[in-house]
Amino acid sequence: MRLLEYQGKELFDQYGIRIPRSYLANTLHEAKEGGKKLGYPLVLKSQLTVGGRGKAGAIIKCKTEAELEPKFKELLHKEVKGELPRGILLEEMADIKKELYLSLFLNRSKRCYSFIASAEGGVEIESAANRVMVDVPLDGLAPQTAEDTANRLGLSGRTVVSFVDLTTKLSRLVSEKEAELAEINPVAILGDHSLLALDSKVIIDDNAIFRHPELKKYEHVSELEKQAEVSGFSLVELDGNIAIIGNGAGLVMSTLDMVSDAGGTAGAFLDFGGRATTETIYEALKVISKISNIEVILVNLFGGIVRTNLVAQAILNAYGNNLISVPVFARISGAESEKAREMLNGSRAELYNTVEEAIQAAVAEARRG
Amino acid sequence: MTDRTIEKTFDIFDILVGTKGDRDFGKKPVVIQGITGSYGSTHARLMKAYGTNVAAGVTPGKGGQTFEGTPVYNTMAEAIKATGAQISGVFVPAPFFLKAAIEALDSGVKLLVAIPEHVPIRDSIKVLEYAKGKGAKMIGPNTPGVIVPEVMKVGIMPAQPFKAGNTVVFSRSGTLMYEVSFNLTKRGLGQRLCLGIGGDPINGTNLIEAFDLVRNRDDIDSVVVVGEIGGDAEEQLAEYIIRTSYSKPVIAYIAGRAAPKEKRMGHAGAIVYGNYGSAESKISNYSKAGVPVAKRPAEVPELLADRLRK
Repeated sequence: MRLLEYQGKELFDQYGIRIPRSYLANTLHEAKEGGKKLGYPLVLKSQLTVGGRGKAGAIIKCKTEAELEPKFKELLHKEVKGELPRGILLEEMADIKKELYLSLFLNRSKRCYSFIASAEGGVEIESAANRVMVDVPLDGLAPQTAEDTANRLGLSGRTVVSFVDLTTKLSRLVSEKEAELAEINPVAILGDHSLLALDSKVIIDDNAIFRHPELKKYEHVSELEKQAEVSGFSLVELDGNIAIIGNGAGLVMSTLDMVSDAGGTAGAFLDFGGRATTETIYEALKVISKISNIEVILVNLFGGIVRTNLVAQAILNAYGNNLISVPVFARISGAESEKAREMLNGSRAELYNTVEEAIQAAVAEARRG
Repeated sequence: MTDRTIEKTFDIFDILVGTKGDRDFGKKPVVIQGITGSYGSTHARLMKAYGTNVAAGVTPGKGGQTFEGTPVYNTMAEAIKATGAQISGVFVPAPFFLKAAIEALDSGVKLLVAIPEHVPIRDSIKVLEYAKGKGAKMIGPNTPGVIVPEVMKVGIMPAQPFKAGNTVVFSRSGTLMYEVSFNLTKRGLGQRLCLGIGGDPINGTNLIEAFDLVRNRDDIDSVVVVGEIGGDAEEQLAEYIIRTSYSKPVIAYIAGRAAPKEKRMGHAGAIVYGNYGSAESKISNYSKAGVPVAKRPAEVPELLADRLRK
């Protein structure tokens, strides 16, 4: 789960990491309230989960009260990479001496956490010079490691003390909240040598959220995603008109690639997992039926244990109950596929022996539609 | 003991099936943790039918019962004492995985096959570190398990896609492991071992370690690696192949070329950030290592047959 900036900063605040005074506004009325509380000038920051907000013009300065209304409205309706903001954060401007980059993240190949710091903040870390990267054990960043890092960054005096303090707090947050990533870019060094977190990017391990009821409030899923999750499905909504359903994330991804190679565009990715029963397939079709842009359904099911007639029954039921009306193209490898083919005879569903044939037919139909 | 020495002394075939000709070849005892659950019981039955010696099961509170002739114990300590098993198939729900895995390792299990999906990352790392300290290995989590075709299996894979032979399949995806193996089987290219790496960001046995498990075996003529977007396991493997001059044919497949960035595609580990984890990065690194990448699962056997002819 990727937290929004203000949500990450709420966690920072709980851990004693200093953040600027700020105010979250969803309406102009709230923004005006915030402006009064904070005073001007201030910064307006669009609350998005996608990166590159600065470049996209979704972070803007607001010098006076008069500027607030037009600028706030502009940001509130500004889409970045297809995403509309979930609120605008009003934030006081800081007296910045220097900026740093800091992050703690789960290093997949090293299978531990890594800590990256750079004396060059506010830029993309890939392009930052003088990066320091150290491994961090499961129990957290040792103060000595933090101090060594500060020295390598060329920090001195009281700033080192502030650095050790901030980074060990960040490390505690990562351990306790089970984050995959906690990034502060930039961290501001202020005139009094203290440090201030100007931004936040925090990703929590989805699989650990059951241990963190306090983070539940940050979850942001659509009705459809919720329905899919309850059924144990993985759903990703996409832009095209072909819904791809299958058993296994890898298999569905592979189908998505082949659909794209064949010139089709996928509108949904749905992995219904290991249990292919009449009920689960029916549930999967139900989820898909609620996505408006779908004109064709492609089913790729690798069986073995799966009995294909159960799948055929689910498709028939979905047509019978008027759940779906679009054509279904299916490749189902498994037992009793002849029987399944007979059952589907006369319906809008078609069975194929290979996934390539099913895809070709589905893409042709999707283009016609 | 360093990681490297564990790597060298850990013979996965010896643990899974023993030596051909021995009286207990293919009959090594396996314990199933969570055997009375719906998932555990279904697959314990299928494993037995395939030839796996499911010697015991463990479900706390159900000790003393039997599952279709297999004794059930309350604890791993009891199950291991009774059977001498070194292998455990863990079928408990993800929130209970950490406890079950530590219990297994404390009881002397050397190979942990971690089936559950949705295990928190920190739990996986904890188990992995604990296993290292005990000289044990973990496969998974979020893996279909491991199969020595026509001998035994520990996991949830169906039997029909697999046939005995001389290639090895390592896969980050379950169903794609079946799909690719089935394509190989149809082409007459049987498998000596098929092992699910797992779809999580953290894998108990990663691709390089999996290669280390089989690299010096004479009864293996090639390796098929089924990968997907996310992380840099394929990039690391490509570098390993170059660095260690791995000479047997390696064929790869990567799922997720058409997937959007920053979206988790079903597997916890299948997510691209910028170029990190992208299919392009993996394909270009494989190409540097001379590893052909199939465009479709059905193309894998063609590429492999072609390489084996050379």
